[in-house]
Amino acid sequence: MELETISPYHGYLRMKKKFPTVWCAGCGIGAVMSAIIRAVHELGISKNNIVLVSGIGCSSRMPIYVDFNTLHTTHGRAIAFGTGIKMVRPDMKVIVVSGDGDGMAIGGNHFIHAARRNIDISMVLINNYIYGMTGGQVSPTTPLKSFAYTAPYGSIDPPFDAVKLASGAGASYVARSTNYHAVQTSKYIKRAIERKGFSMVEVISQCPVLYGRLNKFRSPVEMLKWQREHAVTMKKWDKMNEEERTGKFPIGEFIDDDSRAEYTDAYAEMSHKAREEVRNAKNA
Amino acid sequence: MAKKKKKGTPVFLQGNEACVDAALTAGCRFFAGYPITPSSEIAEGCARKLPLLGGAFIQMEDEIGSIAAIIGGSLAGAKAMTATSGPGFSLMQENLGFAYIAEVPIVVVSVMRGGPSTGLPTRLSQSDVMQSRFGPHGDYTAIVITPSSVQEVYDLTIHAFNCAESLHTPVILLLDEMLGHMREKIYIPDVDDIKIETRKYPTIPPDFFKPFAVTPNMVSEFVAYGEGYRYNVTGLTHDEEGFPTANPNEIKKMLRKLRKKIHLHRKDIILYDEEFMDDALYAVVSYGSAARAAASAVRKARSKGVRVGLIKLKTIWPFPGYRIHQIAKQVRGILVAELNMGQLIREVDRYAMGRCKVTGSFRYDGRALEPDEIYENLTELRSIKRR
Ligand code: SF4
Repeated sequence: MELETISPYHGYLRMKKKFPTVWCAGCGIGAVMSAIIRAVHELGISKNNIVLVSGIGCSSRMPIYVDFNTLHTTHGRAIAFGTGIKMVRPDMKVIVVSGDGDGMAIGGNHFIHAARRNIDISMVLINNYIYGMTGGQVSPTTPLKSFAYTAPYGSIDPPFDAVKLASGAGASYVARSTNYHAVQTSKYIKRAIERKGFSMVEVISQCPVLYGRLNKFRSPVEMLKWQREHAVTMKKWDKMNEEERTGKFPIGEFIDDDSRAEYTDAYAEMSHKAREEVRNAKNA
Repeated sequence: MAKKKKKGTPVFLQGNEACVDAALTAGCRFFAGYPITPSSEIAEGCARKLPLLGGAFIQMEDEIGSIAAIIGGSLAGAKAMTATSGPGFSLMQENLGFAYIAEVPIVVVSVMRGGPSTGLPTRLSQSDVMQSRFGPHGDYTAIVITPSSVQEVYDLTIHAFNCAESLHTPVILLLDEMLGHMREKIYIPDVDDIKIETRKYPTIPPDFFKPFAVTPNMVSEFVAYGEGYRYNVTGLTHDEEGFPTANPNEIKKMLRKLRKKIHLHRKDIILYDEEFMDDALYAVVSYGSAARAAASAVRKARSKGVRVGLIKLKTIWPFPGYRIHQIAKQVRGILVAELNMGQLIREVDRYAMGRCKVTGSFRYDGRALEPDEIYENLTELRSIKRR
């Protein structure tokens, strides 16, 4: 039996070529991959019209498995590659999948500048608080006092808040979910793809093998429970005081704003005007 | 050598401007860059002209992003270019390596300045000779082109695009501060007289398409994203389908392809001019703006009866080693004139294989080589007793 007939989502995977994946058992990245596929499927966008771009890291292996136009680039640079694609083909949907190290450490500069330009790229930031591919080093989102192989006595690096970073830099759509909240994850990604302009969906994900083991989580399930217990809806979050908020984080849609011009639209308008001006100057 | 009658429309252009005009003529429709002296006029020219041609321009947040963007743009189907100088070129090296392994056609212009580091932003140097060949780690063969006049900037920018587009590989065009900023009268050839190469589009349906297929001439077919061929591109060592592999045979196959692709086409890539070489007993080898002074020095020596010839390299990588080897058999000595402490001389020496003396005429103080300096170094070379 053809796999596509088992479930529509199989048609989005390079089943015959690249499976099984490199991901460890219990890893959260696969769940985010299916959330992206569900979102694309529900939107009914042709696979030919999607470019999935990634950098380097566990999550950045995703393009290999998915049957879109796929581009697995260098560490931290996915958004910059994606920017080039979008400039040349504004009609195509560019989805960038990135990890916390890839997107916020080495790639932080491209992240904020893409948000500033408001270029129509949908970034899915899979945040598992650690560098997985390289074996468990501290990342820009590792919580204070958490353990990693380069923070053996507990991290002293204050973490970044991806949501605040994207919002402050000017993104048009900003949301956060967790792997426990799978339905919301795919809903937010869907909205991110629909929303013109730069969008960022952060998904808190579990890395049981490194972050989990180093920080005394006994199983992936325990990590999902932790996500459920520490993620708070925005409504609730607004009513909580500082003390109640400690250690927790809000989830939901933080920004959904169509007031800013999308970059390739602005470029098209500018170049149209420039051509007109030149034409008028010639005729005058 | 008899001067050919110049064909085309005469214009008065700066080197950097000629680079922009030629790129657009070659079909460049995407430029991403970051300001850096002495290359910024190239970005400025593209910012002015690309929107009028329906092309795209973007100023990125750094040089790393600039080259990343043009690789993305090229994969999306546009002929693409960036321009920079030493420090920015250093920043581009990682993604340049990506373009080699992923076989993405791009043109990278480096308007060279003194180094290392910030060095001499407003002074000339030929500092990227080795960086342009060996910058990214790993095995690959670079194509590096070195014009020496504004006319050559124009002609060789088109050559750079043609090499990139027909061989699906990055091509580096080295200008320098003097060449980028000087103005000369040049002739823009008629469009019909310009040969413009494009990518080799697939003839087979998507299901059978292998983006990195090994073919007899080592060039695979290329199709842009969004054309219904959904394939993977990665910076990892990959198989013919573009998927990562650690299989020793696949690794060897891929790396050999990268090297052989350039080697098989070296006759189309390598360009050089020779003057007075027929009866020469000495040769001056030079390239880029240093070759201008070298030409004057050679002519002066000829007028005094010295049997010396000039070899002006317009392609330094792949290196025309075979020709240098032949010349080393013919002459008693080769003088290499370059604006650094001696970079390309190593390669000349390697191919001379001890058959003749090889000495250098170097200048690395941010000033141009004077013909008299080269002339003097030539006199010194002639006075060295044979080994
Ligand atoms: S190391 Fe962690 S993030 Fe990477 S695949 Fe394994 S569980 Fe997932």
